[in-house]
Amino acid sequence: MYSKHTLIGSIIRHLVVWLFIGFAVFPVLWIFSASINPTNNITAQQLIPRHITWDHYVELFTNPQHPYAIWLWNSIKIATITSLLTVALTALAAYAFSRFRFKGRRSGLLGLLLVQMFPQMLAMVAIYILLLNIGKIAPWMGLNTHPGLIMVYLGGAMGFNTWLMKGYFDTIPRSLEESAKVDGASQFQAFTRIILPLARPILATIFVLSFIGVYSEYILARVLLTDTHQFTLALGLNLFIHGQWGNRWGVFAAGALIGAIPFLIIFAVAQHLLVSGLTRGSVKE
Amino acid sequence: MKHVLQIVILGALDAIAIWVGTSLVVQAHYLMAVLLLIGAAGINYVYLSKRAYPMRYLLPGLIFLFSMVVYPIGYSFYISFTNLSTGHLLNKPQAIEQITGRFYTPSDAPSFSYEAFEDDTGDIALVLYGDDETLLYYQGVLTQIDPSDDRLVDEDGDGKPDRFLSYKVMTLPEIIKGLPTIEGLRIPYDEGTIRLDSLREFKLSSRRYSYNPATDMMRDLQTGTVYPNLEGFYTSDDGDELYPGFKIWMGLKNYLELILNPLVSGPFARVFGWTVIFAGLSVLTTFALGLFLAILLNDPYLKLRRFYRVLVIVPYALPAFISILIWHGLLTNMGLFNHVLLQLFHFSIPWLENAFWAKVSIILVNLWLGYPYMMIVSLGALQSIPGELYEAARVDGATWWQRFSKITLPLLLMPLAPLLIGSFAFNFNNFTLIWLLTEGGPPINARTVAQSTDILLSYAYRLAFQGARGNQFALAAAVSVVIFFIVATISAINFRLTGALEDLSKNV
Repeated sequence: MYSKHTLIGSIIRHLVVWLFIGFAVFPVLWIFSASINPTNNITAQQLIPRHITWDHYVELFTNPQHPYAIWLWNSIKIATITSLLTVALTALAAYAFSRFRFKGRRSGLLGLLLVQMFPQMLAMVAIYILLLNIGKIAPWMGLNTHPGLIMVYLGGAMGFNTWLMKGYFDTIPRSLEESAKVDGASQFQAFTRIILPLARPILATIFVLSFIGVYSEYILARVLLTDTHQFTLALGLNLFIHGQWGNRWGVFAAGALIGAIPFLIIFAVAQHLLVSGLTRGSVKE
Repeated sequence: MKHVLQIVILGALDAIAIWVGTSLVVQAHYLMAVLLLIGAAGINYVYLSKRAYPMRYLLPGLIFLFSMVVYPIGYSFYISFTNLSTGHLLNKPQAIEQITGRFYTPSDAPSFSYEAFEDDTGDIALVLYGDDETLLYYQGVLTQIDPSDDRLVDEDGDGKPDRFLSYKVMTLPEIIKGLPTIEGLRIPYDEGTIRLDSLREFKLSSRRYSYNPATDMMRDLQTGTVYPNLEGFYTSDDGDELYPGFKIWMGLKNYLELILNPLVSGPFARVFGWTVIFAGLSVLTTFALGLFLAILLNDPYLKLRRFYRVLVIVPYALPAFISILIWHGLLTNMGLFNHVLLQLFHFSIPWLENAFWAKVSIILVNLWLGYPYMMIVSLGALQSIPGELYEAARVDGATWWQRFSKITLPLLLMPLAPLLIGSFAFNFNNFTLIWLLTEGGPPINARTVAQSTDILLSYAYRLAFQGARGNQFALAAAVSVVIFFIVATISAINFRLTGALEDLSKNV
């Protein structure tokens, strides 16, 4: 479908591409410039600041008006715990679906897929009332608590993830577990000592998908968390845009950039894990 | 050893279940208690029986799936058939208990002069003198006593007791100091309660409302007014409602409201329309730009194309909520866009303040957020189209447009259709974008909570949690159920298109 370009055609193509690169990149450049610009005001900002300052980053973590560090920590904590538990729950379920033959296995797998079609957030009113009632019995896991929110997120842990993980387990030869069992390992030991280490790439994938999803989740956190100090970053950062917003543009910019870092780190770390094919060479059949 | 550990953990779980179950019974949540009991029994069975071995692996996930997804979905359906909302949050028995728990003091009520006694710990005892009886209220118990009871000691001989056991009589200033406690006393007596009426005396108040289960009516014993049960409120003939109301079964009323009541159906239809347009336009624009860039950057004759691909994917690498807030900053009244417009052309655009421009902003921002994904999937699909097809077309003299519309597009759409539908379904409920960019605003008018860029989900959220008329949980649940069905339809189409279900049932 492609042919060699004329000189003009080539120039036009490069210009068009650069136009869209500009579209893609300018908000990020602009926000970076805002974060190191001495003026904190949205209108007075210039793309290339007269001189560079890190004051906005300092203020972000020191101004008691906005507990930015707490929000960031809350988000990282909730996303990490949820993702670890998601991996654990999913691995257990996927192992059962992959290795055992039992009544209701097929319908269970299909049922998971069907339930997953309904976005959990549509039940926000019911979830709100459920947590309200749970809180009357056990306040530490009711409304406005992180354990409560994590429990809600874990509801969406299975479903698609289980399918993904089961598919991976299916590719790991059973002979590995058989020989472990001959050596005296129990079924559960075979699962934890043999299968899980081999399945590290898919465990990492699920962890990353879950982390990214929870870190960016907004509506359920907004429904369930009410106290500013319990907020996640997504809720907290939104507070910046109320009130004297135009006058703390630089601080917001710093907060936005720092908030993106955990997201990027997870990406980078995961890439390394995803690439290493750990099953390679473990068995020859 | 391992088995001991298992038993210990299971025992601990059972203990928790019993504790929670007891509190549920105490709080009269019988259905929840039964569900908990069944759940606990199931867990015990699974971890003690050999036959249920596979379930041991499935159960942890299933518990969360059922309690946090399946049960809430079912409960949403149920709520949508009730009137659950501010003023109707209680069960009927709870509401009746609250209403009949109210007292009033008739003008001819028996009165009691009194003396109050206080001990070192601040505990208060009362002696109440009625017309023909003397009562002692001591440690929460009311008893009839003789005025000459020997626990009452008259030390100065003025005919009034100064001491009761170790309690000393309270002077008027002391009574005023202890007023919050004394005022709060509700001493059950006969059918009513005795309580402080003025500084000098207690009076016997009686129940204000009596409930008649046979007719399901409240009667105000003070005025004689009758309050029949009317749609979750006890309501008098002249429209007076007794608070709190209670939750009742409404059948399809909430759904009919969405269709028939012009005050609700108008905004609902408007929100519905915008939701479809927004989701549709989002898919169209992101796919168009994504495909365009994919074709451009798939060109083997274009230098630097791998470097370019990385740069245009930048929006994909940021969490959406951060990007949206950045865009909010760029688009505000005094933001970058208007700054540039004012400097160059001497006018500005109300990007987020005007209903039309707010919609344009939403589509624009979603284009920025969404095209990298479309570009990535289009690149993959483009590379799977065999080059010979284009060779053959060129031989037949097809124009560039013919090659694109007859070869590229059809062959792309086949593998990408499920992803496009998935993207439609995602945007249909893209609450984060709407809420962080415009909060659904600007407002339409004062008669409705719906705002001009609200999508169905943000409308439901507003009804439930942000409305000026309190929490309209039931109506919000009804809107959610409507979304449920739309999403289910979209998914069904997608499954049919991909044949995914058939494939899956073969492969499991």
